[in-house]
Parts: sequence; C-alpha cells; structure tokens
Amino acid sequence: MYEPVGYEAYGEYEVFPNSQEALLPVEGTIARGYSLYDYDNTNEGYEAALKSLKSPLEVSEIDPKRGKELYDIYCGICHGNKGAGQGTLVKREKILGVPSYADRAITTGSIYHVIYYGKNSMGSYANLLNEEERWQVTAYVEALRSELIK
Amino acid sequence: MKKLRQSLETTPNVDMKQVNNLQPLQKLIFLSLVFFSIFCTPLQAQEADPTKGKSLFNANCAACHQLDKKMTGPALRYVETRLSEDEGLDRDWLNAWIRNSAAVIKSGDAYANKIYKEYNGAAMTAFPQLSDQDISNILAYTAQDKAAPAVATVTTQAPTSTEGGLSKDIILGALAILFALLALGLFLVNKTLRRFAEANEVEIQEAVKRPSLWKAFLKNQFLLLATAIFFLLSSAYFVYGYFMQVGVDQGYEPIQPIHYSHKIHAGDNGIDCKYCHSSARVSKHSGIPSLNVCMNCHKSIYEVAPSTATEEYSKEFYDGEIQKLYDAVGWDDAEQKYTGKTKPVKWVRIHNLPDFAYFNHSQHVSVAGLECQTCHGPVEEMEIMYQYSPLTMGWCINCHRETNVKVKDNGYYEKIHEALSKKYGVEQLTAAQMGGLECGKCHY
Repeated sequence: MYEPVGYEAYGEYEVFPNSQEALLPVEGTIARGYSLYDYDNTNEGYEAALKSLKSPLEVSEIDPKRGKELYDIYCGICHGNKGAGQGTLVKREKILGVPSYADRAITTGSIYHVIYYGKNSMGSYANLLNEEERWQVTAYVEALRSELIK
Repeated sequence: MKKLRQSLETTPNVDMKQVNNLQPLQKLIFLSLVFFSIFCTPLQAQEADPTKGKSLFNANCAACHQLDKKMTGPALRYVETRLSEDEGLDRDWLNAWIRNSAAVIKSGDAYANKIYKEYNGAAMTAFPQLSDQDISNILAYTAQDKAAPAVATVTTQAPTSTEGGLSKDIILGALAILFALLALGLFLVNKTLRRFAEANEVEIQEAVKRPSLWKAFLKNQFLLLATAIFFLLSSAYFVYGYFMQVGVDQGYEPIQPIHYSHKIHAGDNGIDCKYCHSSARVSKHSGIPSLNVCMNCHKSIYEVAPSTATEEYSKEFYDGEIQKLYDAVGWDDAEQKYTGKTKPVKWVRIHNLPDFAYFNHSQHVSVAGLECQTCHGPVEEMEIMYQYSPLTMGWCINCHRETNVKVKDNGYYEKIHEALSKKYGVEQLTAAQMGGLECGKCHY
C-alpha cells in the first residue's frame, strides 16, 4: 500500500537500461498531440524556418494572457519581460549579451525554430513548453517585438 | 581631424585634373596633409575607450564571446594583435567580419572559413550598427591585460574574546567551593552536637520503624488503580505517537549528489519555480528538471560570482558543484561541446506520498492557482531543500476546509460553482464544499 506495484516516475528499476526509468521517447515515435518538426538544427534549417515557417494557430486561438505567463517564466528571466534583453539574470550580470528583439531580424518561423532547438548560448525549450505553448510564446514574442520597434 | 581627412578625400576627386599641374607649394601642402592623416590614424586608435568598449562588449558580444574562455565563439583577449601577428589580418578585415561575417565567409576568405568550420558553423550575428569608434572601443577593451586576481585579504581575526566564558567559569568554581565548605561545615556541626549529646548523656531517638513504602503501596487499592490507569494512558499516548509518525518525514533534509541551492536560484536570482519544474503546470508530477534545463543557463555560467560565496560555502565549493553538473551532463567546458559521456544524477527524493494517496500537481498549480510555497514553504530561502509540510491527511484536509476556491476567471469551476453555491446558499465555496473531502477524491 505504501510502495506502488507499478513503476514510479523517476524510479530505479533493473528492467530499464542503466536502471533508469526516465527515458527518452523511442526513436521514430511521437507523443500524442504533437506533430513532426521538419526543420533541421542547422543554419540552413534556421534560414528555411525564418522564411517559410508559419504559426498553425488561428488569430482567435492566440491567448496573450497565457503567452505572457509562459514568456515571463521561461524567457523573461534573460530576455526581460519587455523583450529588451534586460532580464533579471542580465541585470545581475550572470548572463551577458542578450540582445533586444528589436535589434534582430526575427520572424514567426525563426522565433519558433530557436525556441525548439536553441541557438548559440540559448538552450532548447522544447521539453519545457509543449507544441501549442511554444506557438503561444512565439506570438507573444512577436507582439513584444512590434511594441519595441514602435 | 575628420575635416582634414574629408578635405583629403575630396581634394583628389574635385581637382582630379589639376593634380598633375600642382605647384611645388601645393604639393608640399598635399604631402603634409597625407603625412598628417597617416600620423593621425594611430592617434585615433589610442583615443579608444576601454570602459565604453566593455559595456558595448557586454551588450553585443558577451552572449557568445568571453575574454579568456572559449564559448560559442573564440576567446577574444588580444584578438587584434593575435590576428595581425598570426594571420596577417588587419583592422579592415575585423571591421568587415564584425559588420557582416557571412559576407566575409562567402567571399572565400581562408581564415574566415577556417574559423567558421572550427566553431561548427555557428554564424556570427552581423553588427552593421557598430561604428568604427565602437569597434575601436571594443578592441581596446579586449586588448587590456588580465587583471591580477584580487589578493584575498587576509584579515587576522582577533581571538574571540573568552572573557565571558572565563568569568562564568570563575563564578561556577567559586559556587562549588562555597557549597563544599557549607557541606563540610554542616558535617562538622553534626559531629560536634553528637559529641555533646554523648557527653551530656542525652539519648538520641531513633526513627520508629514503619512498614516499607512498597508494602504500604500494595495495600492501598486506590493508589494501585490510579497508577495502573496512569500507565495505560501514558503507554497509549506513546503508541499513538509512534503510529502517527509512520511515513511522516517533515523536516527531511537529505544530502543530494549535487549541492543545489534553491536560495541562489529561486531567491537571489528570482528564477520562477516553474522554469525548472515545468511539468508541475501540466502533470501529476512536479518533474525533476533534466540536466539540459540546468545547461540553459550553466552553458554560460561556469563559475559563481565572488559575491555568491558565503561564509559556509566558498566560491571554490560552488564552482566544484557546477563542475559536477558538467561531468554529469558530459559537457567539456574548455572545448565547449558535449562529450556524450553522461552520468545521470541520482537525486534523493524528498517529498513522497504513499501509494494509496493520489495527488496531482497541475490540479493545485494550474487550476487552483496555488503558490508553490503554500505547501513547500519558503523554498527561495532554503540553501538545502527540506520537507516543510507534514504531508499528512489531516494537513491536506485542513487546507481543503479553510481554502476558498478561486472561481474568478476559472472556467473549470463555472458550472459546479453555480450549482453548489445555490445548494449551500453561499457565494464563496471551500474546497471541502466542492467535494474536496470525499474519500474517493484521493483514495481509490
């Protein structure tokens, strides 16, 4: 009753490789509710996403409130809650050189691509945000950028 | 000086035809202008301001470059001298590279292509907005010598004053001697009095022999009963206490394989709990972050600031812990790439509910909108994480009884709130009134 019969998340069981229950998805499989991402993690992939990748969200599906919530948690800590590159970690000089969105020629596609794979010092956020959330954040970043360019 | 240069540039253009017909005097003036402008150029470089350069560097370059350490791009200390001495590349090449590196690579420049390949094709962002002066400033900053590490100021601490301790010892000693003297005095008085009594032939009455205390106790039925009840009650109390602490680990504070300080991350740096524990928003578990989440920041942060160190934990200690992370995730910090040799970290689980109790994080975090601290306590102040709440059923139920459900802007509860608030005749419903006390909600 105290110990579960089934395998617990993060458990250590001999049946798994390295006794580690936490595993990566089997290669060639995809989680329910996700779709394939066709762009490679290369400069060419970035250029292609920059030019042609568009958001699958309808305008009515974009939820700025949720976008802001997620952005403030995952992006704002470095990029700043306004997107000007002045997050808490930058102000405290822990991480330097975070650009303002206004200074970069970014598009819907490139924003999503960088959230998905990361770029240079920035890591991938694909495992912290699900597909729909990534598009919500992308939409919010675009909104911040147009606000900054004004 | 700029004017001089301008005039120098315009002169040949405008007077192109006349140049050949220049008078000796004009020639002399022209030559002196040329000489002057050449002489001026290095002067301009000397004017470069490394302080301004530093702020420009931090704003534009530091995401990928550091002075003494390979990052996404190469280390940049003495970059200008290095390029001119080793590669024969001048300032013009650097200017072109900084303003548009992709174009330099495309032009087939040998060194540009070499460095591009060396860093796995990480394309450097173009900085067309940087002026010549800006670039001079930045290069002046990179040309500065490395500041000698600040010599640790050895403060010879005065030996902690032992005065308080000493005086206490003296007082205690004096008291002990006093008591010894008193006891000795009493003993002597007693002895003397007995001697007097003997001398005066006074008979000292011996105590009358009484039945032993134990036998008297056995004869007293009431006392016996009272004692039995007392023993039974107190043993029941201890047995109850023993059973109530089974599986309760409040205050559990295990030593983790990597000393991760929630205080530094969530407190000082204000990183949201959900940044690392992202699955608390959407699933039953508040997940343990996989190490790539650590590397989101620690790819850049390879050491702690001197100000982070405390008396208890030195900078070397914290830097060592970051190194443990690198070893675990297989990150070669000098080469700035993953080696592929990973050693998963075996974190020790702190909060653990028995299998017969169901708990879902997303229900509490996303739907109810609770703060993590409500259950986990002041995590942002914990250097070492510990279990703040008892996680007992009584504790759960208390909270369900006392907490009003947030129904505002919460579509999840719209219907049930409407129905139940009519039934109970109240506007605010507690979690208990919504069914938060039903056994089957948590035990099934």
